[in-house]
Amino acid sequence: MDLSMKWLNDYVKADMPIKEFCDGMTMSGSKVETYSRQGADITNVVVGKCVAMEKHPDADTLWVCQLDVGGEAPVQIVTSAQNMFVGAVVPVALNNATCYNHKDMSFMKIKKGKLRGVPSEGMMCSYEELNLDQSDVPYSSNEGILILNDDPDFDKMTIGEDIHDALGFNDTTVEFEITNNRPDCLSVLGLAREASATFDLPLNIKEPQFKGVDGSAKDYISVDVQNTKLCSRYMAAVVKNVKIGPSPRWMAERLKASGVRSINNFVDITNFVMLEYGNPMHAFDLRYVEGGKINVRNAQQGEKITILDGSEVTLSPEMLIIADEKKPIAVAGVMGGEYSGIMEDTNTVVFEAACFDGVSVRMTAKKINKRTDASSRFEKGIDPINAKAALLRALELVEELGCGEVVREYIDVDNAKKVPHTLKLDTDWINEHLGTNIPAEEQIAIFRKLGFGYENGSVIVPNTRVDIVRECDLAEEVARIYGYNEIPTTLPLISSVGEVTPRQRFENRIVDVMLAQGFYETMSFSFISPRSYDKLRFTDEMKKSVVLQYPLGEDTSVMRTSMLPSLMTVANTNVRARNLEARFFELGRIFQPTDDKLPIETDVLGLCAYGADEDFYTVKGVVEELLNALVVDARFVPVHDNKTYHPGRCADIYAGDVKVGTMGELHPAVAEAYDMTCRVYCAEFDIPKLFDARGEERKYKALPKYPALTRDLSLVCDDEVTSDEIIDIIRKNAKHLESVSVFDMYKGEQVPEGKKSLSYNLVLRKDGSMTDEEADAVVSKVLKALAEKNITLRA
Amino acid sequence: MMKEQLQAIREEALKAVNDSADMKEINALRVKYLGKKGELTAILKQMGGLFAEERPVIGQLANEVRADIENAVKSKTAELKAAQTDLRLKTETVDVTMPGKRKLIAKRHPMNIVLDDLKSIFHGMGYTVVDGPEVELAKYCFDMLLTYDGHPARDPNDTFYISDDVLLRTQTSSVQIRTMLKQKPPIAIISPGRVYRRDEVDGTHSPIFHQCEGLVIDKKITFADLKGTLETFAKKLYGEGMKLKFRPHHFPYTEPSCEIDFQCFRCGGKGCPLCKGEGWIEILGAGVVRPEVLENCGIDPEEYSGFAFGIGIERITMLRYEIEDMRLLYENNMRFLEQF
Repeated sequence: MDLSMKWLNDYVKADMPIKEFCDGMTMSGSKVETYSRQGADITNVVVGKCVAMEKHPDADTLWVCQLDVGGEAPVQIVTSAQNMFVGAVVPVALNNATCYNHKDMSFMKIKKGKLRGVPSEGMMCSYEELNLDQSDVPYSSNEGILILNDDPDFDKMTIGEDIHDALGFNDTTVEFEITNNRPDCLSVLGLAREASATFDLPLNIKEPQFKGVDGSAKDYISVDVQNTKLCSRYMAAVVKNVKIGPSPRWMAERLKASGVRSINNFVDITNFVMLEYGNPMHAFDLRYVEGGKINVRNAQQGEKITILDGSEVTLSPEMLIIADEKKPIAVAGVMGGEYSGIMEDTNTVVFEAACFDGVSVRMTAKKINKRTDASSRFEKGIDPINAKAALLRALELVEELGCGEVVREYIDVDNAKKVPHTLKLDTDWINEHLGTNIPAEEQIAIFRKLGFGYENGSVIVPNTRVDIVRECDLAEEVARIYGYNEIPTTLPLISSVGEVTPRQRFENRIVDVMLAQGFYETMSFSFISPRSYDKLRFTDEMKKSVVLQYPLGEDTSVMRTSMLPSLMTVANTNVRARNLEARFFELGRIFQPTDDKLPIETDVLGLCAYGADEDFYTVKGVVEELLNALVVDARFVPVHDNKTYHPGRCADIYAGDVKVGTMGELHPAVAEAYDMTCRVYCAEFDIPKLFDARGEERKYKALPKYPALTRDLSLVCDDEVTSDEIIDIIRKNAKHLESVSVFDMYKGEQVPEGKKSLSYNLVLRKDGSMTDEEADAVVSKVLKALAEKNITLRA
Repeated sequence: MMKEQLQAIREEALKAVNDSADMKEINALRVKYLGKKGELTAILKQMGGLFAEERPVIGQLANEVRADIENAVKSKTAELKAAQTDLRLKTETVDVTMPGKRKLIAKRHPMNIVLDDLKSIFHGMGYTVVDGPEVELAKYCFDMLLTYDGHPARDPNDTFYISDDVLLRTQTSSVQIRTMLKQKPPIAIISPGRVYRRDEVDGTHSPIFHQCEGLVIDKKITFADLKGTLETFAKKLYGEGMKLKFRPHHFPYTEPSCEIDFQCFRCGGKGCPLCKGEGWIEILGAGVVRPEVLENCGIDPEEYSGFAFGIGIERITMLRYEIEDMRLLYENNMRFLEQF
């Protein structure tokens, strides 16, 4: 909402410095975005009068003019304009003036100089050079200098006067960001009331009044409201013998400062009233209301209307329209029809002031893609009582401007029958709610300033305040006018106890371990492209996703069912950024659709590593460290049929019978699909399952008193034998075994085809000294057991 | 006779020890003079041939000689070792400006660094972190928060729908509703999490972003309590000197509602590019929970009241690290992530 300060000052004398005004309004709830002074960029331009002129001695098209600008002697200015004459009063940009270049509207500074050898001390301005619009000075031609002799305010101008003072258009516009709950502040009067309460200044609003001529609108038209739900009040008044013409300067000025172009007096009156009262209005030319009938009804399927902006709109049955006997003449609350609008030869005008349903107007405006000043006001909620005030103001303005005869009796189809509502005022409750101690009288005074009535312990809510529903709304009124920053600060006595849950601590641990292992934490979008499932060679089951109805694009159209699409997008981003190696992880959420309304959401750990130093075992090491830190006892089971992964380098990870995750090298086709030029390793874990699989906190074990003996075994076995199988045999057969670990794997010349060599380190310890003989005995028993499985000592 | 011999040995040995250049020589001298087959032992073996009255005198002298030689060996050894150590230390000088051998510890995502700070502040104030679904019923995200059908926020242009009544939550306030339905007051929670709004990606917008909302419901909770809580939070986050400005605002589910500006933490309120010359930066939205919301959740507004607040994690992360483009937060370039 752009507010003209001149307009505001018609009602409240808010003449404090503008910054103070803006800060004060913001702090009482009407947030100021910015403010600007009209014409502040035009400087040193004054009113001058041409006292003599002659042809330039060396140029046929140039004129040398002598201008009286209020100084002792006239100034000489050379111009190419052809509309100058002796006696012309014009805007004169003096030396060092700033104005606009009419060719490209760039900002420029005027310097005195010479034109074809003749000194020129400035420039005479066209309206464009003053950054004005033709509608601001309708009498001017758009060629040549702005001749002020034709201006309606010409008599008041003095020579040498600053152009802003002479011409007006020197208003200050304050731009407010009005919240949805305060449609009343989308009007000059609403903001005037706020300003009056904020700065404790008297508010000077009078009920609009008109005299009118005998007669009734019913003699001209009839109004039939067929949908009273979407139109709770419809008022119509008739003005006859109208004189269409330009609006007076004060009105044009206020409209311009509010960001609205002046068009003609009747159109301007509807806009003026909308801006002043917040209630949109419309004006029809009676000639084009066929049959003199106004029907407020739903559109019929396929009905069409050409609206004021010239575009043709196809209507549908949920839209409310204003129709005459035969055809639509306006889209209710959005825009009028082109052919029923005010024209230069209009003789009789029908003013409409109505209250249309906000949601309906918003939906219609959206559907026909025409959001207007009117529709945006209706959609926030218009008060039916206010429609009457708006209509009366329009009629008052007609008489003030002397542009027509108002037919005294107007039509009012009021199905709202709204009366102002009252609310009990419990000042103690308000103090309790706010944590304040504001005396009752002070609270009542605040309500009075805001235009509320007060009697018998209740406040009467102004009809435009659609936001005031119950007590807490009253508390806010008190708080904001009393001042939010005047309210004390206390700390609540919270009787609950905060905690970090075991699951949250578990997740924190995961993060710590991953960071310690050099994995950076990433954050990626949880909606993805369904194409990524194909890149990852997912099964149909894995592709079943929660699908967005209206995604921004295909890339973000389904909710991920796995972290892999996100991880691979990150890998691809980094390879493209020439990061030749990377380790990263993310705690993210995946979504599986169900037959219920809501999907299953699971928190997942995804990790990824690629680069020259990575192989299956570096990543497995990371996973093992993680599981160890989380006290999850897990097994790695080879998986050959997961199409996303390398068939020989993939493992499902089980804790007991529960699969908690999968890890491995991605299938080369997957890596290629993501433009990866190296091998990529990924793992995914289901966090709730990991959490459930976690063991008890470990207890202390006594430190060993006796030294250990170690034995290294290099074994040869078939390729198919897994290390875990060998370790199992060793564990089962080795007495006094403290630990066993594999330290080498070899395949090559020294070992026959189809076989491999694995080397293990056994640590033996007992409660007492152990002899070499005892250790050797353990080893030979182990070897015997291994031999049964065709696993032998390497020669 | 023996006396002269002993003194000669002493003189000779002390000189030899003193002149020795390394430990090898010292060790040889120790064997030569003090060893089982050494010269001193050899002389003492001749003690039997002495007169009885001479024995104690010679014995004492012999002991003195042994002690002197031993002391000489000890001090020469110490001297040589010290010299050796000095020499070694001189050759072992390193360039302390050369880089160390590091084991890389990776970094948390900047938004989680910020979020962790928030969580620990609120933990300290007695709050619990609560989580909830991101795909949510419109009922919990809108209706129960008094954002009824037809409200612009519910428009499919602004909200991602899965079906008519299921959507991607636009605020984590839905978690507050779920908490209030499940748990009777007292309630003191924060609900950080991911939210979704239908904005195209650009430098300051993202269809996915993160909020941390808070809710307190207890007996006699006031607007002043809300102010005190957020002021305390601000001071813990930005230091004791932080000043706040509470501005009236509107949210459907709170009354009174406010937006809270923090004094610019870069310029201290003087005005700088970070705060666009305003001296203040808008950080929080908050308000006292409307009674209708409590009623919707089966909580008696006559008995309980409360407040709610929300903060955008992206925004404070970008302000804290002076990140100009929001897209960097989701691009996950390692060169970005390793900076924090």
